[in-house]
Amino acid sequence: MTGVVDEGMRTVKKFIYLDNAATTKTAPEVIDAMLPYMSENFGNPSSVYTFASLSKQAIGEARNRIAQVLGAQENEIYFTAGGSEADNWALQATAETYGGKGNHIITTKIEHHAVLHTCEYLESKGFDVTYLGVNQNGLIDFEELESAIRPTTILISVMTANNEIGTIEPIREIGKIAHKHNILFHTDAVQAFGQLPISVDDCHIDLLSASGHKINGPKGVGFLYIRNGVKMHSLIYGGGQERKRRAGTENVPGIVGFGKAAERAMDTIGNRIQGEIKLRDYLMEKILAEIPYTKLNGDKTNRLPNNVNVSFGFVEGESLLIMLDMEGICASSGSACASGSLDPSHVLLAVGLSEEMARGSLRLTLSEETTKDDIDYVVETLKKIVERLRSRSQSYQNFIKQ
Amino acid sequence: MEKKKVVVGMSGGVDSSVAAYLLKKAGYDVIGVTMQIWQDEDEITQQEHGGCCGLSAVDDARAVAQQLEIPYYVMNFKNEFQDKVINYFIKEYLEGRTPNPCIACNRYVKWESLLERSLDIGADFIATGHYARIEKLSNGRYALRKSATDAKDQTYALYNLTQDQLSRTLMPVGEYTKDEIRKVADEINLRVAHKPDSQEICFVPDNDYAKFIEENTSKKMVPGNFVNTKGEIIGRHQGITHYTVGQRKGLNLAMGHPVFVVEIRPETNEVVIGENEDVFASQLYANNLNFMAIENLEGEKEVTAKIRYNHAGSKCTIQKVGEDKIYCKFQELQRAITPGQAVVFYDGDYVLGGGTIL
Repeated sequence: MTGVVDEGMRTVKKFIYLDNAATTKTAPEVIDAMLPYMSENFGNPSSVYTFASLSKQAIGEARNRIAQVLGAQENEIYFTAGGSEADNWALQATAETYGGKGNHIITTKIEHHAVLHTCEYLESKGFDVTYLGVNQNGLIDFEELESAIRPTTILISVMTANNEIGTIEPIREIGKIAHKHNILFHTDAVQAFGQLPISVDDCHIDLLSASGHKINGPKGVGFLYIRNGVKMHSLIYGGGQERKRRAGTENVPGIVGFGKAAERAMDTIGNRIQGEIKLRDYLMEKILAEIPYTKLNGDKTNRLPNNVNVSFGFVEGESLLIMLDMEGICASSGSACASGSLDPSHVLLAVGLSEEMARGSLRLTLSEETTKDDIDYVVETLKKIVERLRSRSQSYQNFIKQ
Repeated sequence: MEKKKVVVGMSGGVDSSVAAYLLKKAGYDVIGVTMQIWQDEDEITQQEHGGCCGLSAVDDARAVAQQLEIPYYVMNFKNEFQDKVINYFIKEYLEGRTPNPCIACNRYVKWESLLERSLDIGADFIATGHYARIEKLSNGRYALRKSATDAKDQTYALYNLTQDQLSRTLMPVGEYTKDEIRKVADEINLRVAHKPDSQEICFVPDNDYAKFIEENTSKKMVPGNFVNTKGEIIGRHQGITHYTVGQRKGLNLAMGHPVFVVEIRPETNEVVIGENEDVFASQLYANNLNFMAIENLEGEKEVTAKIRYNHAGSKCTIQKVGEDKIYCKFQELQRAITPGQAVVFYDGDYVLGGGTIL
């Protein structure tokens, strides 16, 4: 998407948004679907009167639509305020509910912070957590997983696809292993839901987290899939919403929007994904071919359809992002901390990058609106920026002298 | 002509906020940047306190940037700060000296790391809200000149800047008094107009340096002996990092009259205690010299020297006694000349240079 944008601070020539892994634009159809539930059918779904039944019906439809995407039952979808809440709920409630059975959890080093920090919290409460390492493409090792399993293991949590390097984890095999050992399997599908086909039955998934704003839905809504039969304490106590499992008046517009976004994602999944893969590969190859001392992070093909992640040698990622911003290009790198500055990505460090290479990384995630022209402009701009930064880098000067 | 770009180091305080405003008004292309230098506490501590210790500074700076309609970024210099400021701070205390971390931060983080990254992204200058002025002298050299208000002058902490660094720096606030700056802040409705000035070292907010050092090194603080100027043992101290030259409080020595720290001896782990007169001296040596208004010192020169940030400055004569060593003889006795602190020499209002007291 390009255009003239005046931020009030500076007029930029273009605006190219390539940070769709962080969040996406809410689609017009989604907004249209949501609006009536703010100003017309604004009833509280739990109320007695007929007026409220319109809201109740709407969230039922959204729930149903989403369940269909996963091959799940409607009553297995529980709406939350986002993916982070779903992750927190899955981990904390499993720990609490099954704590009597055991206190060991297995996860990976490359999970999102919503999983990792919840695990740290559980460790402070006496739980034992194994963080599986990954290979250079971000994949876990099945033998390592099996040998980590103990009689006291109550949960295995592995993300469906990684948000930074796009690696698609073999969750079918992982689910099989978990199932074999009678251990609950949770997967953080925040980046994968609506991008990759997921069958909760085929993959033996017991718990799954997802988020609306990653698939052109609104921010502030997500869900946790809980397989029927899995006992689960609540995270949020209060009224009896979500079958008494997650209190709080339902975010009706948000849920309706999420349902619409899910529907929209699945309707277009075939062509859209093919188109994204084509552009992704074009972008990846162009960067690797035209900018020297550049490395691809993650697997070339086993990655999310819209994810490109590269490391530029002798370049400080922070300066790169600021200069891209000055040219109207939105991208990211590492993980933004609360202040908005960047720390090197724990995922890149886990796949074996040095801190220096991790600091020189760039993540570009496309949307269905990204065009080939956009990609060409981005690569041209990147070339100029990288050249400039390298010309000012002492270590680069030393390197090329050799 | 294309506007010159300047990165303003914004701390979230009123001085750097007004600096950004003044530069924008003067026609520069201003970019606001806050340096992230604090070390993150663990997740749980951060949550208990509602965010890590630098967050409110960032929030304030960002809000001011939005108000001034300038782009704003936070730049990560945690590693550089740990290396050049915190490690230096700890090492100095462990070796019985009293460091000045703000001087190290200025020289190695703000004017090295921040300056380099600012130039990387296309800036022509960096700017800060320091009360100081930068002038090009008739001899072609750049020098810092004291600010319009002597009381607020911050040139002491900036003596170590190089010619190259000074040539790339703007300090708009130095021409104004503090009251004038707050008045400007009020006039433009800056939300930080009445924010109190920060007084303590930014990475030790509770001022307990000894505790900080103990928590951040593997070294345990070893108690040792208080000795008097005759070498007799008169008590036990808690570890040399608790003390600085001239200190009276916190000694826990019942001598019947005030006594003071005269010297710290890390080799023997002793702290020397004496009377008030023992804390005075009339001369010092310094190394790690940086000359500013002049290229190098030939012969003797009569100047004014500050031996501490809030020292009023005293007349003295200086002379080099080695490639990187200077001898300074004061006309009057000075209280608590402290190894590790900076001595800064002034020629009138201008910074001639300075070094580290030996």
